[in-house]
Amino acid sequence: MISIWLIPSIILLVLVTATVKRIPSYEVFVEGSKEGIQIAISLLPFLLGMMVSIAIFQASGAMEAVVKLFQPLMSMIGAPAEILPLAFIRPISGTAALSMTTELIRTFGPDSFIGKLASVMQGSTDTTLYIITVYFGAIGIKRMGDALKVGLLADLVGIIASIVIVIILFS
Amino acid sequence: MVNLIWAFLAVAGIAYAAFNGTMEEVNKAIFSTLDEALMITLSLAGVLIFWLGLMKIAEEAGLLAGLAKLFRPVVKRIFPDIPENHPALGYILSNMTANMFGLGNAATPMGLKAMKELKNLSGSDKASRSMITLLAINTSSLTIVPTTVIAIRMKYDSSDPTSIVGATILATIISTISALLIDRYFYYRRKRAMRS
Repeated sequence: MISIWLIPSIILLVLVTATVKRIPSYEVFVEGSKEGIQIAISLLPFLLGMMVSIAIFQASGAMEAVVKLFQPLMSMIGAPAEILPLAFIRPISGTAALSMTTELIRTFGPDSFIGKLASVMQGSTDTTLYIITVYFGAIGIKRMGDALKVGLLADLVGIIASIVIVIILFS
Repeated sequence: MVNLIWAFLAVAGIAYAAFNGTMEEVNKAIFSTLDEALMITLSLAGVLIFWLGLMKIAEEAGLLAGLAKLFRPVVKRIFPDIPENHPALGYILSNMTANMFGLGNAATPMGLKAMKELKNLSGSDKASRSMITLLAINTSSLTIVPTTVIAIRMKYDSSDPTSIVGATILATIISTISALLIDRYFYYRRKRAMRS
């Protein structure tokens, strides 16, 4: 695995370069780190508020009801209905999507059509609502402009793209 | 819009629970989520503190400027509003690079720092053009190697855990390019609306 070498290599590169250039690395590290505390604290209200709202929606069963509503649409384009909840939850909640992907892979098998589709869907899009909440929350953006529309539309394209690509490549 | 979505999710959830007898689950979810949000913020804080410290060294050592210089032709096209040699560019590129290698927990701190630099540029509480673009790139995901998914597939004995990598890259490329195009489309629409 290359990935276990990646982060140590970055640290190595940064510290060696800094030392060669005679930068007081430890002092600069501490100075930059402080900003992290401030960002994390200003983030908490945004994240907490959004997560509670999403949790209420999910726990009440309303999420499931919405998914059922759209099921016929899904079978129309030839995608298995089992994948629909994942497609819906992926932009909204990262942890829920990950557990759903795991569940689909466990139930249908990693090499099944549904298992592969879930894998691609999970890997090729990200949790839009979380990213917007965190990125804009950290710097106190109140007026988001078109950000949410752009993010959700891109998710829709990404999800359709994964379905089409997996159908073409694997079935 | 976010106010509406936020209130809607909670109101619709509670109303649905009232008619379907799931109020107990809703109650539980509220309080377990408070803990969860705190835990996420705490673990994010650790990552933020570490990476922002390390990246500050990288910035002072000129590594971020080097990275920005290397990819200037591409990034200039995606972010035409950011002045040349502005520190935001270095952080945006580190964010994109970390994303590509699937280093999600390194990508977030750099993305947040980039946002902060962009806010210094715009100086308003309204999302600027570059902010929306950076957000679009991040929400569409740039992952080349989906490490988490591969790990799950390995755990459930896939005969070929990495078989989905090609398809994932293809889907990622399509979703990222469409994110950029959709972002551009909305930008031009805003511009037109402002003129008339």
